Amino acid sequence: MTNSLHSPLALVCELTHRCPLHCVYCSNPRELAARATELSIESWASVFKQAAELGVLQADFTGGEPLARTDIVELIRAARAAGLYVNLITSGLPLDEAKLDSLLAAGLDHFQLSFQSATESIAEEISGTKTHAQKLRVLEWLKPRRVAVTLNFVLHRRNLHQIGEMLAIAESSSATRVEFANVQYCGWGFANREHLLPTRAQLDQFLIDVKAAEERFRGKIRVEYVVPDYYAKYPKPCMGGWGRKVMLISPNGDALPCHAAAVIPGLHFENVREKSMREIWESGEAFQKFRGEAWMQEPCKSCDRRAQDFGGCRCQALLIAGDASATDPVCSLSPNRAKVDAVLAGIQEPQTTPSAEFLYRTNPS
Amino acid sequence: MAIDPNSKPQLAPGVRLGENNNQRVLLMPERALRLIGPSLEIVQRCDGKHTVAQIVADLQKIYSKAEPHKVETDILGYLQLLRDERALDFTA
Repeated sequence: MTNSLHSPLALVCELTHRCPLHCVYCSNPRELAARATELSIESWASVFKQAAELGVLQADFTGGEPLARTDIVELIRAARAAGLYVNLITSGLPLDEAKLDSLLAAGLDHFQLSFQSATESIAEEISGTKTHAQKLRVLEWLKPRRVAVTLNFVLHRRNLHQIGEMLAIAESSSATRVEFANVQYCGWGFANREHLLPTRAQLDQFLIDVKAAEERFRGKIRVEYVVPDYYAKYPKPCMGGWGRKVMLISPNGDALPCHAAAVIPGLHFENVREKSMREIWESGEAFQKFRGEAWMQEPCKSCDRRAQDFGGCRCQALLIAGDASATDPVCSLSPNRAKVDAVLAGIQEPQTTPSAEFLYRTNPS
Repeated sequence: MAIDPNSKPQLAPGVRLGENNNQRVLLMPERALRLIGPSLEIVQRCDGKHTVAQIVADLQKIYSKAEPHKVETDILGYLQLLRDERALDFTA
């Protein structure tokens, strides 16, 4: 096993679960880590060093809201000192120009600003807070400064028609990259799934518009998007394969193979306070569980695509098929695909009024 | 869009050379490209001072056994790829 084992390339650092926003599709687990249990700057510095030694190239600072850590500048400095490329994935709050300068001076390489919508009203409906105007201010602050900028628009039924406005925001910014990310229906997103899934008609129009933009922006802005899972024929290689490329550290130091892995019952996560990163990566129980192909069932087991998509998303398999070892039910070859189609059949009417039935993400103690 | 031989490529903001396990890599948002042989020679010259034509001439000298036209086509193709990745900016 160890001989053919890849080095992880990216370290996803959930620095905190605290966040000023309450997005209805937050990728954090439903059970949030309390502030008192968060790793110290010293522990994170050790994690960065061990990660670089393991072969990790990039650190993704996320949360919750990573800027909620008062020691964010020191955290960036520590990751850079370990030799990592530092991505900050943020809502742009809390931030002012002086703070932005200190993040850049500490060595921040890439600033990724997330958007819930192209307008304040829908952004507020989704995040339960008024933050859209602040994001537009942050884009102005970023313009004269030397840092890579990505805009990340999270797509769902309430904003998919805003593609034109989203592209206009990207075009008027200094972004070199715009990412259209689909809501992932695990955790909070799963609880709000019926209100967030786009209709087929919405998606078809979006795909036409985004392909045109990709051509128009070539050489100026890199446009990235994928067909959302529920509408795809085959599953995505979730996390690039379980325990293959990514290691996620939760605010309290648990090491996870993906953001949502905590939904899978019976998985035990080791903690960086107790074990070395190398030990966890190479032989940790949770990382071994769905690594390689031994765990696969049919139709994955004998499928030609198994080395391409690794069976898809384990969390989705659990949530829809009730079995984390099953083929990702979004796959057209899955015996459970009918369950996905039934969900899609139920949501094809476009929804015009704001939904009052969202379950909003809470905050940890 | 063709590459202007008189333009000067330089690494875009947030794109830099890095090293891992004695391997040179080009680090950029959510990506890392391994740099070996000619790709490293090219990227090291994307400093905002060398023109595309100068980079081509330099590499034709280094790889003097290769067919010069092929060296040029390969370099232009690689620069275009890096531009579309948004790893390079070109100044006049």
